Amino acid sequence: MSAHEQPRLPEPDRPWMMRTYAGHSTAKASNELYRRNLQKGQTGLSIAFDLPTQTGYDPDDELARGEVGKVGVPISHRGDMATLMDGIPLEEMNTSMTINATAAWLLALYIATAEQHGVAQEQLQGTTQNDIIKEFLARGTYAFPPAASMRLIADMIAYTVEHVPKWNPINICSYHLQEAGATPEQEIAYAMSNAIAVLDAARERVPEERMGNVFGRISFFVNAGVRFIEEHAKLRAMSILWEELGRERYGVSDGRHLRFRYGVQVNSLGLTEAQPENNVQRIVLEALAVTLGRDARARAIQLPAWNEALGLPRPWDQQWSLRIQQVLAYETDILEYPDIFEGSKVMEGLVSELLEKARAEMAVVAEHGGAVEAVPYMKAALVDSHRERIRRIESGELTVVGQNRFTETEDSPLTADAEGGILVVDPAIEAEQIEDVRRWRAERDQAAVDAALQELAATASAPAGSVNLMEPTIAAARAGATTGEWAATLREVFGSYRAPTGVGEAAAAAPDTELAELQAEVARLQEKLGRRPKILVGKPGLDGHSNGAEQIALRARDAGMDVVYEGIRLTPSQIAASALQEGVHVIGLSILSGSHRELIPAVIAALRDAGVQAPVVVGGIIPEQDVAPLREAGVAAVYTPKDFDITRIIRDILALIGEDGSRRASTTDGAQGTFVVVADAGA
Amino acid sequence: MSGEGSALGARLRERDLAAAPAALNLLESVAPADREQAAALMRAVSPAELGGEAQGHIVGVTGPPGAGKSTLLSALIAAWRSRGATVALLAVDPSSRRSGGALLGDRARIELDPSDRGVLIRSTAAGERLGGIARPTRTAAEALAAAFDVVVIETVGVGQAETEIADLADTVAVVVQPGSGDVLQFLKSGIMEIPDVLVVTKADLGDLAIRTRRDLSAALRSLGSRATPVLAVSSIAPPSGIEELIGALAEHREGLQLGERRLRARRAGALAEFAAEQGERGLRALGGRPGAERLLAGQDPGLASPALLAALETAARDGAA
Repeated sequence: MSAHEQPRLPEPDRPWMMRTYAGHSTAKASNELYRRNLQKGQTGLSIAFDLPTQTGYDPDDELARGEVGKVGVPISHRGDMATLMDGIPLEEMNTSMTINATAAWLLALYIATAEQHGVAQEQLQGTTQNDIIKEFLARGTYAFPPAASMRLIADMIAYTVEHVPKWNPINICSYHLQEAGATPEQEIAYAMSNAIAVLDAARERVPEERMGNVFGRISFFVNAGVRFIEEHAKLRAMSILWEELGRERYGVSDGRHLRFRYGVQVNSLGLTEAQPENNVQRIVLEALAVTLGRDARARAIQLPAWNEALGLPRPWDQQWSLRIQQVLAYETDILEYPDIFEGSKVMEGLVSELLEKARAEMAVVAEHGGAVEAVPYMKAALVDSHRERIRRIESGELTVVGQNRFTETEDSPLTADAEGGILVVDPAIEAEQIEDVRRWRAERDQAAVDAALQELAATASAPAGSVNLMEPTIAAARAGATTGEWAATLREVFGSYRAPTGVGEAAAAAPDTELAELQAEVARLQEKLGRRPKILVGKPGLDGHSNGAEQIALRARDAGMDVVYEGIRLTPSQIAASALQEGVHVIGLSILSGSHRELIPAVIAALRDAGVQAPVVVGGIIPEQDVAPLREAGVAAVYTPKDFDITRIIRDILALIGEDGSRRASTTDGAQGTFVVVADAGA
Repeated sequence: MSGEGSALGARLRERDLAAAPAALNLLESVAPADREQAAALMRAVSPAELGGEAQGHIVGVTGPPGAGKSTLLSALIAAWRSRGATVALLAVDPSSRRSGGALLGDRARIELDPSDRGVLIRSTAAGERLGGIARPTRTAAEALAAAFDVVVIETVGVGQAETEIADLADTVAVVVQPGSGDVLQFLKSGIMEIPDVLVVTKADLGDLAIRTRRDLSAALRSLGSRATPVLAVSSIAPPSGIEELIGALAEHREGLQLGERRLRARRAGALAEFAAEQGERGLRALGGRPGAERLLAGQDPGLASPALLAALETAARDGAA
């Protein structure tokens, strides 16, 4: 651009689509929230579903306990979907659904609801997240084994490209990879490899001449961290790789199809519990990463709330985040210029550096046989990256203001209210929803549902690619089947699955003094107990965010403990059975979904019923006011996001084992090891 | 708490499965008082007390990492349970050489009904021992075989691990995945002993699985072994080959001289334990391995392995004196 050229665009750009990731309690409460948000100037919807809906369980399932209506809205049948969308014009609305394993089902409910309102599926616009590989890697709400999951995705793509042409059937997520600790190059490489796996699967299902349309309908869901210059470079690198991929691998030539389209939710991993007001400026800066340069600007943005590390955000907290977007779009001059980084040597340099590293990592994934086969590799790599991040925070190499530096603070008025500045979901909601789904089942045409589910099972049993699962899925939605029934029918055919944990493969930590001290303490305890101290680490409930649990498991191992890592989605009785059978000295539980109030006491009751007296420690997003009730329920220690020093947590745990051993040695008459007595008590 | 070991042993003898976790805690402990109780426990489940060999089938399952052992075990356990057999799985994971700690990951991969009291899974770290078998695993298998119908010992590795497991289990199954050449090479070169059953997993991979199975069968034939069945299984839905595998394991067990194999196992276990604790010098005091074996052969065949170990220790002490 010469100095005389016009530095401004002739017309400012239209703003990106503004959304708020929202939904809680019930379909009715969420509908009210959506309508209010739309009145406030939000331009699209982003539906947060609760964990039972995301993993394919009805509210009355044992696994749903404590999770109903917590991190999103429970949608069990088309009646719920109709309530959720009541009064919202479906033919105009652009609806994004964070839904993966059960994406086909939720889209079917959406289609069935639209039909009832006289809106044809051809008119529907929106996105189903539908990215299962990142669920295996980072988020944990998978339901079926990899091959069956990929088949469902391919079926949805094949179906929507013909019948719901304005729908984005899949949103390839790099977002959750960063949340799980990915470096920028890992985020790029794994997302692109993931896209390749999806497109390769789709290629077998659609006519060749439709591949351009398919490619053009694949969108991305990315993350942006606080290092916003590099984050912007990351997005430019992704758009270059995406276009290259379209041209070279899939023969796409239409420029519109080749455009890298992405939505964004900025980083939650970097949000802190300590001095949470600082999160507001983090969110603003992260929003710049995805808006500043026109050539790689987001199509849709949703921003987290300042208090996400404390608990669930309230409507007011979410409004604040929406207003950040509106200030950026409507008050600043950000939309008035062509790409402001064009010609920047720094930006070009950053982009080519990232491209080079990402290509190298993509090659490694390809060597493993592609993204599906490389899940264990990628998972272990992410666990390692996250460990490195935590090490840097612990050592102070990475500054986190208010957390590991500048920690002196006044009391925050923002968290001074009785609830601690967060949304607390009424525990009565769960019972209500259980009641509701049972009434729905009692009142519907059971024969029609049975027939529809039978047809679904038959289709699922047919070879992949011969028939499309979307049709019987939509038929089941119309007939009135429930989320749990749809998923159970497919689980019956496809089998269930547990994803690799990545923990076993993660490299051992380099020796250091702090670790050596822990190892000495472990050796001392081993002498005292007769056995190496053994810990059970697991996640009760449906929450799949396993970062914390994984890092505790790794550090405990590096400290020399024997670690039974059980992974995600455990019922209280599973945890109790494992603790008993494994003879562990301590149990570590992690919950981030807000279901700790119900689940932790249930786990402790199950443990004590089984005769296991070992101490229990809990980590997760636990609001301050919940700590005392948990301790009363028998929890020995509670750790929250502000406890970033894992070495200290392990030191505490070892001390706890020591005390527990002494206490029991003095109340029983010998050096038998307390757990012999414990287990006997349960027999 | 005198008599606790023998009480737990008595409960196992009565097939009280709820006694198993406590029994394992005791058997794993190295505290001197616990060792005494452990010996009492083992005495209570010795052939002399049982009036014969423990009836449980001790099955060793071993194979390289990633071969699909956990998935296979999930399917096997479900199949055994559906025919009413009780199952104990002793999963042995390697320990870190650097920290001594271990991640015991298998539980996460095995699907279980937590209310089912007929299954027990116990993860153990291999500790400092090479060869894949944790110290207490031998005694644990011996003890649990008195209470459970099937006791599975799962170890990771190939080449050495199955040698040690062969000393311990009634039946050894080596698990390989299609296309992995190691097992074939190890078999041919004699690094690896011929297993009782060979299992090729991931049969759903089709041609590759068929070829692997054929190559293994050919290698076995060239080694003159026709007895070892080579089975192809697929653990993903719909599973295949699991029933055949259960049949092959049972068939091998039926063809065994159980008393002889178990006696050999107890003696080998005691000797391995002695060698690990006392080293070459200890062995020399007994006149080397041949001397130790002679000594063991002279013991009452009804003794449990800790009693055999004690006999070796006593002889070494007296001999050295």
